[in-house]
Amino acid sequence: MGKALLKRLALLIGTLLLVSVLAFTAFSVIPGDPTASVLGIEATDQQIAAFRAKHGLDLPVWERYGHWLSAFVRGDFGQSFKYDKPVAELVISQIQVTLMLAAVSFALILAISLPLGLIAARRPGGIVDRAVTVLTQVTMSVPNFIMGIGLMFVFALVLKWFRPEYVPLEQGLGPHLAFLVYPALAIALPKSAMTVKLLRGSILGELDQDYIRTAYSKGNSRGSALRRHVLRNAMIPVVTFLAMAIGDIMAGSIVVEQVFGIPGLGRMLISSIGSRDYPVVQAIVVLLAAVVVGCNFLADLLYRVMDPRIEGR
Amino acid sequence: MMLDVQELSVTFADRQEPFTAVDKFSLQMDRGEIVGIVGESGSGKSMTAHALMGLIPRSRAAVTGRALFEGVDLLPLPREVLRQYQGRDLSIIFQEPMTSLNPTMRIGKQVEEALRIHGKLSPGERKAKALAAMELAGLPDPEGLYRQYPHQLSGGMRQRVMIAAALVLRPRLLIADEPTTALDVTIQAQILDTLKDINRQEGTAILFISHDLGVVKALCSRVVVMKQGRIVETGPAEQVFHHPREDYTKLLIASRPSRKKLRGGGEHE
Amino acid sequence: MKVKKKSWYLTIGGLLTACMLVFTAVGLFWTPYSPTAVSAPDRSAPPSAAHPFGCDQLGRDVLSRTLEGAGSTLTIALAVLAVGAVCGLVIGALCGYYGGVADALIMRLCDAVAAFPSVLLALVVLALTGPGKYNVIGALGVLFIPSFARLVRGEFLKYRDRDFVQSARLMGVSQLRIIFVHILPNIWPVLLSGLTIGFNNAVLAEASMSYLGIGVNATEPSLGYMLKDAQGVLFTLPWCTIFPALAAILLILGVGLLGEGIRERMGGTAA
Repeated sequence: MGKALLKRLALLIGTLLLVSVLAFTAFSVIPGDPTASVLGIEATDQQIAAFRAKHGLDLPVWERYGHWLSAFVRGDFGQSFKYDKPVAELVISQIQVTLMLAAVSFALILAISLPLGLIAARRPGGIVDRAVTVLTQVTMSVPNFIMGIGLMFVFALVLKWFRPEYVPLEQGLGPHLAFLVYPALAIALPKSAMTVKLLRGSILGELDQDYIRTAYSKGNSRGSALRRHVLRNAMIPVVTFLAMAIGDIMAGSIVVEQVFGIPGLGRMLISSIGSRDYPVVQAIVVLLAAVVVGCNFLADLLYRVMDPRIEGR
Repeated sequence: MMLDVQELSVTFADRQEPFTAVDKFSLQMDRGEIVGIVGESGSGKSMTAHALMGLIPRSRAAVTGRALFEGVDLLPLPREVLRQYQGRDLSIIFQEPMTSLNPTMRIGKQVEEALRIHGKLSPGERKAKALAAMELAGLPDPEGLYRQYPHQLSGGMRQRVMIAAALVLRPRLLIADEPTTALDVTIQAQILDTLKDINRQEGTAILFISHDLGVVKALCSRVVVMKQGRIVETGPAEQVFHHPREDYTKLLIASRPSRKKLRGGGEHE
Repeated sequence: MKVKKKSWYLTIGGLLTACMLVFTAVGLFWTPYSPTAVSAPDRSAPPSAAHPFGCDQLGRDVLSRTLEGAGSTLTIALAVLAVGAVCGLVIGALCGYYGGVADALIMRLCDAVAAFPSVLLALVVLALTGPGKYNVIGALGVLFIPSFARLVRGEFLKYRDRDFVQSARLMGVSQLRIIFVHILPNIWPVLLSGLTIGFNNAVLAEASMSYLGIGVNATEPSLGYMLKDAQGVLFTLPWCTIFPALAAILLILGVGLLGEGIRERMGGTAA
């Protein structure tokens, strides 16, 4: 187990380094010199030289990458072109909001899909199963931002259950979560539909296995066979799927934040892309990548604990 | 009489045409007896075993007739009552030791599962009983195996784990559904010896199902030969093997050696 | 023995997709009004016989705009698929058939790219190139290559040592011919199912990016842009939102069902 784990860890660091190189190349090399676009064409030579020295643009590329990376891991994400402020300062509060949104979405996916998957698998082909199948198929087809607009329309405008105005954490955790539930639902519903489908198929597949027959022969009821034997094995592919879904959840947050006017990473990213504030974009990309890769690593650990068969791999 | 099966039939209704897999099967067994059922694949012998164990979903097939176990007809029992018998009074081991164990559950847990279902023992007592059953099933180092997973074991070992799990409550009847078919010949012989020992030591009656008349002869006192769901011939094992009355039985005996040659070794315990 | 069960997925998915294709194809050539024509008297008009989908706050016909937007979304999605699937097919086929170090390296890179959601990566690329229809197609197209390459490679690995390939090799059939004539036809069903998933991802990505204002240019038609514009009048003019949203959902639903049907046909239960 230890060796496989080390290999995974090495892969994790390798992937992150690759991402950092790509992000650095993309935003620090390809766009060329930001001097002109930031200072304007009327800048004096002195101003230009000062700007270049300040942002380290006069150094060779690999040296700039080295400086950038070593600063990045120390939490210094560079200087925003637009706001002339440290990027870390701009990003830090936003990432909290986005991570909170993603966490709530993830919790909702679990809370929605696990019971539904179980119910659907209980009587395959039955009325409940067919209703769930139709419902999941339709829900899966709704893009999350359209889901968000729909939720906004029904719950904020028609039913008036919430005001379409962001409630920051400072106003208390309860009200904050009460607001975040709606955008989180927009992200969670389409993903939950996929999870339900996967879980249902996975449970039915496990129920067909020989070891379930063994379980029945020992006197297990359907319920206890499900609890003792099926669930754990059926969850193994679901865990893998949910791990891969984390990237989609992050991407979903970025889009859905826009629908609900949430001042998170997504909003920051979009406005920075609009104003070509590359250091900010770069930092957000690397941070998002770190979250995605890190979560995949955790999921891999969980997967190993759940399935003893892959120990050696 | 311990087991009295009268005109057991299994008819599948979930296909285009109803299909009768077992047709009026009857059998009597005494305590401690070893009886064999022989037939080709598709002869209905496994289906008979599964029907006796109550493992055929009632939604898929109609099971009719009577199967009296110690005077109680098992067939009409509601599932909840039947469960009290499964794993406690009757147990079964299957043909596929590779897939009949839960891949993500430790061996010890699987052996003692019937104890959990049928009683309230402390974890320590359960473990002691599980280790004793593993010993009885001929598993070396039960203590070490207790925490292992099925994929770490060979096919023969897994079948012994299945036997241990089936015997943990010392049932009066063990149904062995082709328990050695998937195994190497040498291991097959060892498992048969173990089953014989269990029969002698514990007085467990065994209903042994196989396509191999030779194996059945070595183990059983009586034999039932089945073909296409029906009983073709029945009698003492020696007599059926050496003086078969039916052509089909002769055919089964004649086809035996060639099959043995085909099955190569490759698995080592 | 198994009877061919009538597949509801294929039937409904096929019908729905056909309807949506006709709808969008019409939008490419003809719209009842000019999608950009502003008509003061029709401002904020609810759906009526003259304007079945109503008008937006500027008096533009929502039906015409939806037709045109769906047409544009469809074109972009198909173009993205063309880039992604063709390149992915060639790369996947060569990697799967020949294997080796190049295969291992390319697949590592594909794994890394596929680990990230395509919307996110496309946003990053568009951050550099700026918005625009062709930039969207290029960015998404390139980002779709890995998933197709992995799919095709997996299938080629399955087939490259089969008997019919071996015998073709012995008969001196050229390698390229083996790859494209002997093996390729076998993987059509898998590829087709992959195409339906890719199509939906492309529609989703394009609509999302345009909604964020980073997709196509604001002057180019797009369902995503329409939804962005309509959000301010969501409550007062809901038809400006409902119809383009419905168009996007039905397009995705139809193709999704079609893919489900294909997978069902291919083998066992749809998982």
